Amino acid sequence: MGGSSDVVPSRTALPPTGLAALLGVMVALLLAAGTLGGGTALAQTGEAAGASIGGRLAFEGAAVAGVTVVVTAVDGDAVLEAVSDADGQWLVQLPGPGTYRVELLQGTLPEGIGLRDPERSVLELRVFDNSRSAAIFALGEPEEVGSDLLRRILQGTLNGLKFGLIIGMTSIGLSLIFGTTGLVNFAHGDLVTVGAFLAFLLNVTFGLHLLIAAPLAVIGGALVAGALDRGLWRPLRARQTGLIAMLVVSIGLSFVLRHVVLLFLGGSRQSYRDFALQTALEVGPVRVQPVELWVMGLSVAMLLAVGLMLTRTRLGKAMRAVADNRDLAASSGIDVRRVILAVWVLGGALTAVGGVFLGVIETVDYLMGFRLLLLMFAGVILGGLGSAYGAMFGGLVVGFVSEISTVWFSSQIKYVWALAVLILILLFRPQGILGRRERFG
Amino acid sequence: MIETLLFDALRSAVGPTAASYALLAVGLNLHFGYTGLLNFGQVGFMLVGGYGLAITVSVFGGPLWLGVLVGILAAVVLSLLLGAPTLRLRADYLAITTIAAGEILRFLVRNTGSDAITGSVFGLRQFAGDFYALSPFPAGDYLGPLRFSANRIWVTTVGWALVALLSLGVWALMRSPWGRVLRSIREDEDAARSLGKNVFLYKMQSLILGGVIGAVGGIVFVLALQNITPEMFLPQVTFFAFAIMILGGTGTVLGPTLGAVVFWFLLTGLQSGIRSVVDSGLIPGVAGGQAVGAVSLIAVGLLLMLLMIFRPQGVLGNREELRLDVA
Repeated sequence: MGGSSDVVPSRTALPPTGLAALLGVMVALLLAAGTLGGGTALAQTGEAAGASIGGRLAFEGAAVAGVTVVVTAVDGDAVLEAVSDADGQWLVQLPGPGTYRVELLQGTLPEGIGLRDPERSVLELRVFDNSRSAAIFALGEPEEVGSDLLRRILQGTLNGLKFGLIIGMTSIGLSLIFGTTGLVNFAHGDLVTVGAFLAFLLNVTFGLHLLIAAPLAVIGGALVAGALDRGLWRPLRARQTGLIAMLVVSIGLSFVLRHVVLLFLGGSRQSYRDFALQTALEVGPVRVQPVELWVMGLSVAMLLAVGLMLTRTRLGKAMRAVADNRDLAASSGIDVRRVILAVWVLGGALTAVGGVFLGVIETVDYLMGFRLLLLMFAGVILGGLGSAYGAMFGGLVVGFVSEISTVWFSSQIKYVWALAVLILILLFRPQGILGRRERFG
Repeated sequence: MIETLLFDALRSAVGPTAASYALLAVGLNLHFGYTGLLNFGQVGFMLVGGYGLAITVSVFGGPLWLGVLVGILAAVVLSLLLGAPTLRLRADYLAITTIAAGEILRFLVRNTGSDAITGSVFGLRQFAGDFYALSPFPAGDYLGPLRFSANRIWVTTVGWALVALLSLGVWALMRSPWGRVLRSIREDEDAARSLGKNVFLYKMQSLILGGVIGAVGGIVFVLALQNITPEMFLPQVTFFAFAIMILGGTGTVLGPTLGAVVFWFLLTGLQSGIRSVVDSGLIPGVAGGQAVGAVSLIAVGLLLMLLMIFRPQGVLGNREELRLDVA
């Protein structure tokens, strides 16, 4: 291992060729996206002229007819109605683009069929020019009325665990990147989106099974993250760009990534072809889909593997050493630049996994990563910035808090509680639960 | 086609939206440019300003001046709440807390449970009547080919007058001993502290003042639109304001104004350009609205990155004075 690191000042004289190359690639991508993106959107929507919202209602594969859906314009006065036909299809022609509230009237559902999540009877969609947006209502067996508190707490715990494992997994990279480079990466959430989107592209557009598409997407996510370090962040560090300047650059980057995905994916929520709409299993008092159990099991396995990797392998130890004290690590012969690249690749892979998992248990959309980002920050600060274990732990707590809050409070504000935890922890223990005091303040 | 594009861009560059964003950026500039506070939740201050006014007038039937006062007071309270836990910590903690606070506020106002007060996703209307009743402009078209209506020219005038007034105020403050302490905190917090200055207090004052200016920006913004919905207050608003501030010149008095005009001219021009290219059918198979929005936001992201990498001082800034690494 060589002793070179980014802190060597002589590097500032080198021209940032990698940077220029990366920006060139981005501009090219932008141009390509501008011409192709709209095309794919049109191809998906067929010949439909004007904006519309539609969907298909089905329960265990069979069409559900005669259900009323009401569409209200958020920024207008239009109120429109549709009833699902014999194929379960319904379609509403809209007066124009805008944001719409789509409500399924639960009273019109046939006996024995309900919404899988009764709280999701109202969806909000943003509809653009000349496109048909899909409003997806997942039907299932109705919840029994007056369900008891214990059952809801157990269900909330399970959901919290599921969600928290994903937050924990995606947060590891965020925390390690901060630890090794000092960068607060605001584009980290959008790496989640990129991972989920790559899997969507391979799964839905190219027709690969998700079990093949997912690992490819994870490799893609790792490559994107690695390329960002080599092409953007390493040259910036070599120029000795300030940390706050880099933070603002990461915001710009997050805008670019997010809206490139918007161009190709469109504004509405999408699902993977496989594992969607599985029938829930009854495990004791709680309901869970088989695929959710798989997601949780795989998440635990991956977190354990990362934990082992960090403690048992040379690379893992080097990562922790660099995160702990970069100069000391460099002077003891660790190639800091290589370790940082490895952290980015590992972080990118983990965020992509998290993105695919989130896409499987919920949906894929271009804002999914950004929504997760704030929860990831909350988790990382809770656990202690810079620590991988802290990130896992904090992510779990944040996921748990936001899901368990739905037992007592509206699910529309479940993220508020997680973010409130963030502010509380900053008040009383800013270094985080597992963090050490001297690094902060 | 070029003419339409130019007029579109110009109409937006001098319009009330640009004025509101200039106000947001003036506040942000006080935080970031002069004090080194990394506030990523400026949109939260804008939100409390706008909703403070809208709720007071439209729900409780209060007068306009009371609504404005409530909006401003709400911004003061929000700064105290945000500043107390974070101003003693490193700059990035404030960044994360403020962006989280902005999102918390947006979730809370759009929550169905607050429907009676905030109108949830539908928002509020009918709070701008008193404001437009004050207009001295008789009905008609103004600004020649830009065709501003009487209402629009009134809110535009008020907006830019506020920008001028508050920019002047910031300029005067920065020449005062108070402003010099702020800048010394930006440059070296420990040095300021070792001279016996209460750094926390100065930072808090800066946060409050900049937040109030942001709230005024929010008030102008919703008065111009005559309605308010939670979707107006997405986190990207703050990042637009950041781009405006950096474009114009961080830590300069005229930077936010210049930045807002140039930014909205470029953004609207770009959107109008893409739209007309799409509409003219030069590129077959391109769908309209979505591509316009996405491509222009990608362009904003690239602008922010390129500025920060290659010209962090913006158009007017002085690189020597501004060390952006204040962590």
